[in-house]
Parts: sequence; structure tokens; C-alpha cells
Amino acid sequence: MSLQVAGLSFSYGGKIALEDVTFEVDAGRFAALLGPNGAGKSTLFSLMTRLFGTQGGSISIAGHDLAVAPLAAMADLGVVFQQTTLDLDLTVRQNLRYFAALHGLSGREADRRSDAALERLGMAERAGEKARALNGGHRRRTEIARALLHDPKVLLLDEPTVGLDATTRAALTRHIHDLCRDTGVTVLWATHLTDEVSEDDQVIVLHRGRVLADGRCAALRGASSLPAYFAQMTGAAA
Amino acid sequence: MSGVRHALVAMRAIVIREALRFVHQRERFVAALVRPLVWLLVFAAGFRAALGLSISPPYQTYITYETYIVPGLCGMILLFNGMQSSLSLVYDREMGSMRLLLTAPLSRAWLLFSKLLGSTIISILQVYAFLLVAWLFDITLPGWGYVAALPALVLAGLMLGALGLALSSFIKQLENFAGVMNFVIFPMFFLSSALYPLWKMAESSELLHDICAANPFTHAVELIRFALYVEVNPMALLWTLLATVAFMGLAVWGYDPARGMMTRKG
Repeated sequence: MSLQVAGLSFSYGGKIALEDVTFEVDAGRFAALLGPNGAGKSTLFSLMTRLFGTQGGSISIAGHDLAVAPLAAMADLGVVFQQTTLDLDLTVRQNLRYFAALHGLSGREADRRSDAALERLGMAERAGEKARALNGGHRRRTEIARALLHDPKVLLLDEPTVGLDATTRAALTRHIHDLCRDTGVTVLWATHLTDEVSEDDQVIVLHRGRVLADGRCAALRGASSLPAYFAQMTGAAA
Repeated sequence: MSGVRHALVAMRAIVIREALRFVHQRERFVAALVRPLVWLLVFAAGFRAALGLSISPPYQTYITYETYIVPGLCGMILLFNGMQSSLSLVYDREMGSMRLLLTAPLSRAWLLFSKLLGSTIISILQVYAFLLVAWLFDITLPGWGYVAALPALVLAGLMLGALGLALSSFIKQLENFAGVMNFVIFPMFFLSSALYPLWKMAESSELLHDICAANPFTHAVELIRFALYVEVNPMALLWTLLATVAFMGLAVWGYDPARGMMTRKG
């Protein structure tokens, strides 16, 4: 099991954000964490990236329990946050180098991996540009290239298409699907947009801090369309 | 072994990033230099007539007021920079790059210490730039003092940086920085031996003297003052060390995922 979340609960003061959240994503699968705004997706991401400490339940990344072996777990994790985390005054390459160093990669090895990651995302010719000069789509691609630098086993993306136009959004979604298929990285993609989900993806529906459904998209939605299914699930629970 | 290498590679990158950020903010450098120079060249000149300073360690001769406040102004640079880096941390957090740093597979304490070291190095470069300008204005110190001051500046810089780091973990928003200015920087600076010697303070109020004597900033300034004259002030050293450890502990506690600011921020 590449990503395992078991009995996870979390509350801010008295306000419950996550309640007994349990799901698993197999190695090399693309899983969409589908939930409307305020479902608890960002809280879940903060817990999985260790920005928050868990209050109840457990998270395991590539076989490492986050509470027991946090550093080993973080070393196998790639993250693309919802807000941009690029240093806008630095070039694309400098941003990647900085991140590589945080993961203990330096010198030629860091450069080789940066080049390969940028190449894969079609960003090679922009390596020398300042992040500030990039458009939203290219910034995202840089962040994805960066998140893949250390060959993580699990890649988390928190609403990575926010603020992007339809074409860029579709291209990015397709790209991550391809990446998942080609490299075998496990992907958890949080979104509230059903058109970013493919038939074969695992879908985890999160609503008001609880997992309402978990299964293959085609199997879950049955005869109805995914948008209709999603609306029905989250509407019915409302 | 590879763990040690990893930690050092990351530390170097964090320090370089701090340096690059500084290079990109030239106005910050100018402000950091102009502030103490205004104090030195305007304030001190005016006060020289009003304040008589008797000979007290580490000084062996009668000194001018300008000479007296040089260590305090070095401390001021470190203080402002320490707080400025805390401001940048709050900003970083809002911008998300703090998230990136904190998700690196290294211990939080190490990551925070690296960040602290980076900002301290930048502060110290500014202190030396200030000392150079002071020297050009004929406010000179013993030659070896410039060298001996380095360890004192490092420790004082780490102490004030750690204080900023600790504060940043408890400040939720950027606007609260004005509060830090009013309730941390000003009291720390004015209630210290930076501008007037403690015995002078005691003449006007015992209470004020006691507050100043307890202020860690006073000890940081005294540590620098003695070091600039190639002397060690053991009491100041001990206080500064203790304060550094305490502030650093507070910062690590503040950034701990289980209790820290990230949770409170939501």
C-alpha cells in the first residue's frame, strides 16, 4: 500500500474538520480526492505533509508511518501545494536547486535531475527565467517538476489547477495521469472539479470531513455521470 | 554519514537563499545601514555635550559618546534584522515557502537553525559595513577588536534571530509586526545599555536599572562592547547564551506540528 490513511480525525478547537477518515491508494494509482470547498481537503493535506500533527488516527506514506518515521516518510513524498511556493525572485533552476538541496541533492546530481524533471514537464527552455516572469501554468509545471526531483513514491497535489485556464488545466491533468502511468508514482490529486477525473481513477469523495465513497470512478458513478453522482452524494449528505 | 551530508547541503542552500533574498532587497541593506548611522552621526553628536561618561570597563580612557554607542548600534542592526527576518517568516508562511521548507525530510530544529544562521550571517555583514563607515568618520576601535567581535556578533545575532523566530511562530498576520515594533524592538533597545551605561540609568531610577540589567539585549550589547576591546565579559556571555537557548527552544516549540502556529492558523 503506497498511501494509507486510517481513522484520521482532526478538529480546530471545537470545530471538527476531519472525522474518522480512512482510505488507501495502491502503488502507481491515480486517486482523485473529490470534495467541495470546505470538505477538509486542505486539512488532510496539512496532516499528510506534517504541517499539522495528527490528533487521532494514522498516516503511512510508502510504508513509513508518519508518526514513527516522519523523515523517511517525507523523503518519499512530493507535494504541490495549492498556493504557490516558488521563490519569485529566483530563476526556475535556482528554485529547483534549492529544493534539491533540502533533499540532500547537490552538484551535478541535482543539475541532472533538475534538467530531467524540467524536460519531462516541457520547461527545459525556461530554466533560466525568473519565476516571477512565468505565467500561472508554467509556475505550476515548475512546481510539479520540483516535486518530482527526488523521485518520490507518492505525489500529493492540492487543487493544482486553481486559477488556470481550461486548456492549461486539461493539459496538466492529462500530464499527471501520464506521469502516473509511465513512472509508477502514486498520485493523490485533490479537486472539486469532476472533469479532472478519468474513468479508471480511484475516486475518494470527501464531504464535511468524512469519506462518503471510495472506489473506481466507473464503478462508483454507475449509470449516472460523475458530476451528477458527485452532486447527488454531496447534496444528499447536506 | 549521508545524513550529515544531507543536513549540511540543506543548510548551505538555506543560507544561500537568505543571501540571495537579501541581494534582491537592496533597499533593506540601505535602511539597515542608514538607521544606525543616523543615530551615530546625528543623535550622538547632539548628546555628546549633554552626557558625561566616566571611565568604566572595558574603556581605559575617557571616551566620546559616539564611541560609547557603537556597540549598541551594532546590537541595533542585529535586533532589527532579527525582527525583520521574523517578518519575512510570517510573509514566507503566507506565501507558502515556509511550507516547502518545513516539509523537507530534516528535523525542524535543524531547518529553523539553518534559517537563523543564514539571517545572522547577513546581519553580521551589515554590522561590518556599519563599522567601516564609522571608521571612515574617525570612530575607531582597536584593530583586533574587529576580529574579536565576530564570535560575539554571531552569538548576539543568533539570540536576536531566535527571538524573532519564536515571535514569528506566534504572530498570525503580517500586520502584527507593528506590534512587535512597539512592544519588542523599542523597549528592548531603549531599556538597555545601548544608549546609556547602566550606572547612569541607576542614577535616575533603580527600577529602570534593574529592568535594563535583566534585558538580554543589554547583555548582547555588553558582550559586543567588551569583544570590540578584545575582552570577555563572562556575565554577558552567560546571559546571552542562556537567552539564545531559551529563545531557540521557544521557536522549536512554536513550530512543532502538534502545537504550533500552523494549527492555530488553520
